[in-house]
Amino acid sequence: MTAAPLEKTIPVGNAKLGHTTVFWIGFAVVMAILIVAPLILPEFWRRFLTEVLIWGLLAMSSDLLIGYTGMISFGHSAFFGLGMYGAAGSLIALSKSLWLATLCGLAAAAGAALFVAYFSTRLRDIYFAITTLIFSQIFYVIIFTWTTVTGGENGLIFTRPHLTIPFLYDARFTSTTMHWFVLAVVTASYLILRRLTRSPFGMVLQSIRENEPRTRAIGYPVERYKIVSVMLSGLFAGLAGVLYAVQNQFAAPDFVFFLTSGDTVIYNVIGGIGTLVGPIVGAGFFQLARELLARLFGDQFPYLIPLGAVFIAIIILLPQGLLGFARRWLNR
Amino acid sequence: MHAVSQLFHAIPFDLLFIQTVNGVVTGMILALIASGLTLIFGIMDVVNFAHGELFMLGAYLGFVIFVTTGSFWLALIGASLIIAILGAAMQIVTLRPLIGRDPLNTILVTFGISLVLQNYALWQFGPVVRKIPEPVDRYFTLFYLQYPWYRILIAVLSAAIIAGFYLFLKYGKFGVWIRATAQDRIMAQAMGIPVPWVFTGVFAIGAAMAGASGVLFAPMVGVSHTMGLDWILKAFIVVVVGGMGNLAGSIVAAIFISLLEAYSSVWLDPSQAVIVSFVVLILTLLFRPTGLFVSTSK
Repeated sequence: MTAAPLEKTIPVGNAKLGHTTVFWIGFAVVMAILIVAPLILPEFWRRFLTEVLIWGLLAMSSDLLIGYTGMISFGHSAFFGLGMYGAAGSLIALSKSLWLATLCGLAAAAGAALFVAYFSTRLRDIYFAITTLIFSQIFYVIIFTWTTVTGGENGLIFTRPHLTIPFLYDARFTSTTMHWFVLAVVTASYLILRRLTRSPFGMVLQSIRENEPRTRAIGYPVERYKIVSVMLSGLFAGLAGVLYAVQNQFAAPDFVFFLTSGDTVIYNVIGGIGTLVGPIVGAGFFQLARELLARLFGDQFPYLIPLGAVFIAIIILLPQGLLGFARRWLNR
Repeated sequence: MHAVSQLFHAIPFDLLFIQTVNGVVTGMILALIASGLTLIFGIMDVVNFAHGELFMLGAYLGFVIFVTTGSFWLALIGASLIIAILGAAMQIVTLRPLIGRDPLNTILVTFGISLVLQNYALWQFGPVVRKIPEPVDRYFTLFYLQYPWYRILIAVLSAAIIAGFYLFLKYGKFGVWIRATAQDRIMAQAMGIPVPWVFTGVFAIGAAMAGASGVLFAPMVGVSHTMGLDWILKAFIVVVVGGMGNLAGSIVAAIFISLLEAYSSVWLDPSQAVIVSFVVLILTLLFRPTGLFVSTSK
């Protein structure tokens, strides 16, 4: 490939560091901050940071569709919610194993993703967005009305499983270990997604985004690539759902509702699509702004009015999002 | 023979007839919303996610005007006009800068607007359901039911608004401009038609239709800040099933979908009856992705 000659160097002091080095130094610094954070932050902000990471993972999963394949999904709440319900169902009915719950959550999300992907990838642009939205509402109606299995409006409540590593470690989650666990999962997901988007597979996805007819003309089976990308995206969204369920010890139909999907899109647009880390930053920005508005004006303050206005302004004035300036650099 | 007659008796014909009337009434309201939506899409390539919120705000405005003036008809006209102005302002401020960009941006922006409007309504009016009394409080007997004349009036009024709009498109000067812009945007501009203002006008008309249907619908169930999402979903289904941008198609589809939902709620829980229309949508997308009611010869 032609990547090597294009490698630019960034001068730091006298030494010149390559792009890769700078990237991994930055990565290590951010990781160090996130690892140390729960030891310093008070309980409330510790939980807050953990939740931001989970929402970030959800947003990152949908970035694979929005930012790389060029399809806006308004239905990510379905995958997120099924991840939640899968984990909750396994913890209640099968066993108290964290890993089995994760597996069940992922399986539920993957099943939903396969179903949605099969139908919706036949469509493009706006039609895809509408179809995913309607599919997520189907799942919402099913979960909401199938009271005997899903608990209907009340959802499912369970006790949190232990954090276990077979033969090595078995202990209750504290908010600190919870944070580290979430951080580990989110980081691993980021690295996997980053690897994926830089792989030949990811290149095909990006070429679908740039020019779908030409990609098909070259000979790539576009539909199959789209189905796989929706499924992968749904899988990571399901993983976020599992984490959220484990952290909060419940699964509720509210999270399958459209508003969760809407929030996911907002995180992406604010943070910057096509960057993978942008959506996490967007989620942090959104949640922080929401928390600060609630503290300043009270809990009843309709925080979505100012945040909605910010969202609209960003689409019109800053379509690349907050991290848009770093998009090319992050994807190199 | 016995089995056939038993089956015949098992079908609740009176109930089916009542549901037919109900289906046509909600179908006409839905047609009014969906025709605005499909008009905006057909001409501007904008999927107006905030259309349900315009419908909801129309209902609230109708409620406010009704409470202050006491006249339902004043509420209907006033709310439609105010929503039209709001729609025009929305288009100028948020959608005009996006002309020429990827159409997906417009769905994002209108989604943002819908969030703002919905939360504004919640903040302003609270979570309590508001109700406008029916302007016509006569009833007629339909089998064992006292059926309100008002519902029949809604269907007639909606049909009249749609018909008036159709005539306007066909014969009005601005209507001709709209059709010209829909056919060829660049050519229309070359002929001296102020295309950006046609867009604004189209958006205002679509918004007014949503607002009017909100006021018409308000006496039936009541006004709440969440009603927008229910109706926008239905309207989306109708617009896709009828063929995006196809006015006649979406009217037929609106009545078709509403009748289906009405019939299926005879046997199913109403919240599950929604799934029937979802299934229709999925089947449409699979077999006729351009819409059920599109002539294939086009």
